[in-house]
Amino acid sequence: MNLTLNGEAHVFPPLADLAALISQLGLDGRKVAIERNLEIVPHSAYGKTRLSDGDRIEIVHFIGGG
Amino acid sequence: MDGAQRVDDTWSVAGRTFRSRLIVGTGKYKDYAQNAAAAEAAGAEIVTVALRRVNLSDPTQPLLVDYVKPDRFTFLPNTAGCFTGEDAVRTLRLAREAGGWDLVKLEVLSNTKHLLPDMEETLRALKLLISDGFQVMVYCSDDPVYALKLEEAGAAAIMPAAAPIGSGRGIQNFLNLGLIIEQSKVPVLVDAGVGTASDAVLAMEAGCDAVLMNTAIAEAREPLRMATAMKHAVIAGREAYLAGRMDKRTYGDPSSPRAGLI
Repeated sequence: MNLTLNGEAHVFPPLADLAALISQLGLDGRKVAIERNLEIVPHSAYGKTRLSDGDRIEIVHFIGGG
Repeated sequence: MDGAQRVDDTWSVAGRTFRSRLIVGTGKYKDYAQNAAAAEAAGAEIVTVALRRVNLSDPTQPLLVDYVKPDRFTFLPNTAGCFTGEDAVRTLRLAREAGGWDLVKLEVLSNTKHLLPDMEETLRALKLLISDGFQVMVYCSDDPVYALKLEEAGAAAIMPAAAPIGSGRGIQNFLNLGLIIEQSKVPVLVDAGVGTASDAVLAMEAGCDAVLMNTAIAEAREPLRMATAMKHAVIAGREAYLAGRMDKRTYGDPSSPRAGLI
């Protein structure tokens, strides 16, 4: 399936939900925040948020800043 | 414990009470380990953090939260890099989801070399954030008129720049800073532009509730030593403010009695 992750096009095998994507990317879901098509997905909903071809996903986390 | 000597001398913002009057940023350090050590040396209880895209090509990169831990410091997410109210709201909603904090630092900069705040957009963004349930500490210019508008709109703290971000030039307008401190019922913090310990002392002597800095520590030759210096500077300035300085005189006044001379 085709997903746009953080502004870049990616191709993945079919993924059931957002939790599967996080796992595929090797990320710790507790340490990130995610938008799917400009809507924030709460941590508790990762396992029940289905992904569709063409979804735009933003995955962010805290970094150093002033 | 750190950051203040008097047990009863605390300050509060948005219902949260702190002893340390030094807030430190987490940018520009050599690495997150040095960053965490500097925050400890500064005695900080609050650290500012930024929100950015995860580097998906290397998920093994070190993470801020593994060094500067959210259970040790109150995270104050910022809106650095946002130039509109909508960008700020989007960023801080994500920050709230990433960590659950509603106490945030709003900064809407002008897209200029001097990085001074865009106050018209800052005020608009503040109103959007407040209606979204955030408690907002607002980075602003040292303009008492706009500072009052921010307070009336519901800002949790007013944070005027001493000088442009990262310039290290110290407080440029003591008159305006004094007017802002005098009129404000919410905490006033000098944010940005501090260069060295004496700048922090002067901010606290002027009556600020706290000081926020990043570059002054991170770009010192020895960041940990400067963090310690800033901790003492903020305490010294605060204690001097509370103690009340002596009057200035035109002429000398001997400290030893004139009477009883042989």
